[in-house]
Amino acid sequence: MLNLFTINLHLLHDPLSLFFVCTICLIALPCACYALGYLRGEYSLKKRLYCWILFALFVAAMLLVVTAANALIFLICWEIMSLVSYFLVIFDHKNEKSIRAGTIYIVMTHIGTAFIAAAFLIIYKHSGSFDFTAFQSTCQNLPLTTKNILFVFFLLGFGTKAGIIPLHVWLPMAHPQAPSHISSLMSGVMIKTALYGIIRFIIAILGVSALWWGYIVLILAVCSCLIGVIYALMEHDIKKLLAYHSVENIGIILLGVGACLVFLKLGLPVLAVFSLAAGLYHLINHAIFKGLLFLCAGSIYKATGTRDIEKFGGLIKTMPLTAAAFLIGAMAISALPPFNGFVSEWLILQTFFAGVLKVSGGLKVFFVLCASALALTGGLACACFVKAFGITFLAMPRSHKARYAKEVSFSMKSAMIFLSIATLAFGIGAASIIKILTSIAQSIVAADAPVMNFNLNHLTLMSVTDTSAYLSVPLVALLLAGLMIITTVLVYVVAGKARIRRYGTWDCGYYTLTSRNEYTATAFSKPFRVAFSFFLRPYRKTEKIRESFYHVKTFKYETFTTPVFKKYMYRPILAVTFGSARTFRRMQPGSIHLYIAYIFVTIVALIVFMKVF
Amino acid sequence: MKIICSIFEIAVLVAVSPLVSGLITKVKNNIRLRRGQSILQPYYNLAKLFSKEEVISEHASWIFMITPYVACASAVTALFLVPAFLAHNARIHIGDLFLLIFILSLGRFFLALAGLDSGSSFGGMGSSREMFISSFVEPAVILIFFAISFCSGSTHIGAMGAGSYKLSWLVAALALLLVTLAETSRIPVDNQETHLELTMVHEAMVLEYSGRSLALLELASYVKQLVFFSLLAVIVWPLPGTLTRYAPIAVAASYFLKIAGIAFIIAFIEVSLAKMRLFRVVDFLYFSFVMALIAVIAAAFNI
Repeated sequence: MLNLFTINLHLLHDPLSLFFVCTICLIALPCACYALGYLRGEYSLKKRLYCWILFALFVAAMLLVVTAANALIFLICWEIMSLVSYFLVIFDHKNEKSIRAGTIYIVMTHIGTAFIAAAFLIIYKHSGSFDFTAFQSTCQNLPLTTKNILFVFFLLGFGTKAGIIPLHVWLPMAHPQAPSHISSLMSGVMIKTALYGIIRFIIAILGVSALWWGYIVLILAVCSCLIGVIYALMEHDIKKLLAYHSVENIGIILLGVGACLVFLKLGLPVLAVFSLAAGLYHLINHAIFKGLLFLCAGSIYKATGTRDIEKFGGLIKTMPLTAAAFLIGAMAISALPPFNGFVSEWLILQTFFAGVLKVSGGLKVFFVLCASALALTGGLACACFVKAFGITFLAMPRSHKARYAKEVSFSMKSAMIFLSIATLAFGIGAASIIKILTSIAQSIVAADAPVMNFNLNHLTLMSVTDTSAYLSVPLVALLLAGLMIITTVLVYVVAGKARIRRYGTWDCGYYTLTSRNEYTATAFSKPFRVAFSFFLRPYRKTEKIRESFYHVKTFKYETFTTPVFKKYMYRPILAVTFGSARTFRRMQPGSIHLYIAYIFVTIVALIVFMKVF
Repeated sequence: MKIICSIFEIAVLVAVSPLVSGLITKVKNNIRLRRGQSILQPYYNLAKLFSKEEVISEHASWIFMITPYVACASAVTALFLVPAFLAHNARIHIGDLFLLIFILSLGRFFLALAGLDSGSSFGGMGSSREMFISSFVEPAVILIFFAISFCSGSTHIGAMGAGSYKLSWLVAALALLLVTLAETSRIPVDNQETHLELTMVHEAMVLEYSGRSLALLELASYVKQLVFFSLLAVIVWPLPGTLTRYAPIAVAASYFLKIAGIAFIIAFIEVSLAKMRLFRVVDFLYFSFVMALIAVIAAAFNI
């Protein structure tokens, strides 16, 4: 029935695939360069070689995933990608945490793959071929119920890989455990292949058939944004913090994609193109700045040997270049002008605004709420990166490790510089990039959409027509830089040369200001912990050791937040699974006679089944 | 021509901005039956600070040094984004209303970092609180911008005030008033007059600053205050499109009258309320969010 030799081995090279290929290469190249310096001194030669092989395989598998023209090839590459990344997660296999994270990762990712495979098989039943072109033509004639089932399967399958809430549990565990350049690839690019899947299979192949698809995606996106960033605020492991931000940013990208689904169903192809372009823009932006941030985190880890931001501090003096690169990444992810994250968030806000104008009824309010959720996410992300940058790089070192940190090697620096420049370039060059992205989105969404030169629907990005929404990133950058220079010159003219005295920070007159007096990350995020306590459910453990009733010798204080999803969603599921497994184990007492009896019963049952049906 | 006009407008606004704070302080003092300092006191303060020596913490880095300049640049850039006394076709445009949110958070981001930079707990406390409050402000601000951009169907600044006046604008203006209180560190959210570590937010962040850096930061906060007041002025009472035909003097006069009026209102609010506990501020901002939501829904129904 299925001849492997007749499988179409052609690769796709439509705009969408090419876009993802570009994204992968853009991140993989600096990561490879970074790995040169990162692996040296960290691992033995044999392990380094092993890591390089896995790295190459990983990148190749991702490239094949986004270019496969055939569902079987797609699945095989998808599986290779998952397995290779599993081996990379457990690369430090002596660490118990890695093994645990790897196990959760591989179980979750296979649940996802199972859904994708099931969806492919359902389509195959109707199409008789695994080719995507055949899939596409078949899907147009499928009944709505089948399409709905396919949508849910694809969403669950790819959603697991993308790490959308509540399928995100593996992501913050697995990503930080891999070597840093791999974390950068996993967070920057690998989870994007899942978005490729969603765009390719749900929008391009399946075609949007019901309005609630868009609602579901938007609701999941909003949840991912908010919950991702709230968890990130509570996190003090720098790589875990970044991993939670990946959950948040996947949510932001999905806001664009979800809006596209809604617009498509409502018959607003121009807006659909626009929102998908905005989503794709954020996708590549997130790949760049998250790649950059993970590389910086790797440099810090290499220099200090820890990932706990409470132990950092003052690194801006010992690692100036890493600090500058991290600052650029942090500004980009906090959507500050003139870096790239700001442009794509602005575009997504404009998408919602345009949507609100065009749709009617309750959908208006829904869109407005989505936009305000995005704004809240932006504010919280900004706060989180003030914490991450401020506690890590500023003030005094909080530990010996941080005090004696050294700047990293040249190859690592060059990778960070490259991505920093890309971050700025994708911000300033927004006008030309959005044109390319629009044509990509147009090729997926609707061939019959009117030719867009980006002046439609008051969404001008380049030229000032009278009253259209307008943003000129180069002008903003120029104005900011110009104003800073003008201020400096004016201050110099008015007040003359600066007279500066270096002196200790004011310490209320105690003369013993040490790093112990500094504000900690825990303290910084305390107001957020209190404000979101309905969700985070914080609790604390205190431990006092007393010499006498009046004199407490040591006092230990720890705060925790309840992992809501693990506790109320995954643990019950696991309990049921293990419980039922225990029940079924009774069927296996180890007696060969019983097993022969099982075989006999099965055969009889099969014969009866064949006879009857 | 447009560039010259814009630069003139911005220069005038920056020059006037400390006066607004002076006016508020004066009114507050008069309500409290005190004579109060001169209305020009903010200028004297700036002049004094510019001439003073600067003390910088030995733990601080270049972030601490550049922050006053970044804060100033971001606040002045924000002035480009709000309508003041020039007609919108006489000024240069760099972006729309949404850009305002991002530009303001640029300055705030650096201020918060500078608060952490000197290693003092006060600074960290201020940064943490400032980021906490501002992240709850942002959703409300977005909703307000949605509400006021509905009529014209565009987030372009020039489009504001086009079309007939809507009731929803008034609700949006109320929501914006609450946001303005929070963003300009006014009572009941913050108190500019205090230096008590339990209550200060903005003052705690800039506690380590002195000399010209402090002067620049003060100036930046005056300008930021004027940004919000201008926005409030245009929402409460938008300049009708026909008015631009009259002498620009009249337009400018009405603009400054509106700003003075808002200063009076803010002063009254400050005198008659007590500062809230930090976590009560969240409720306060929820309230402004809900009000903004009502404004948006009303605007959606074209009220």
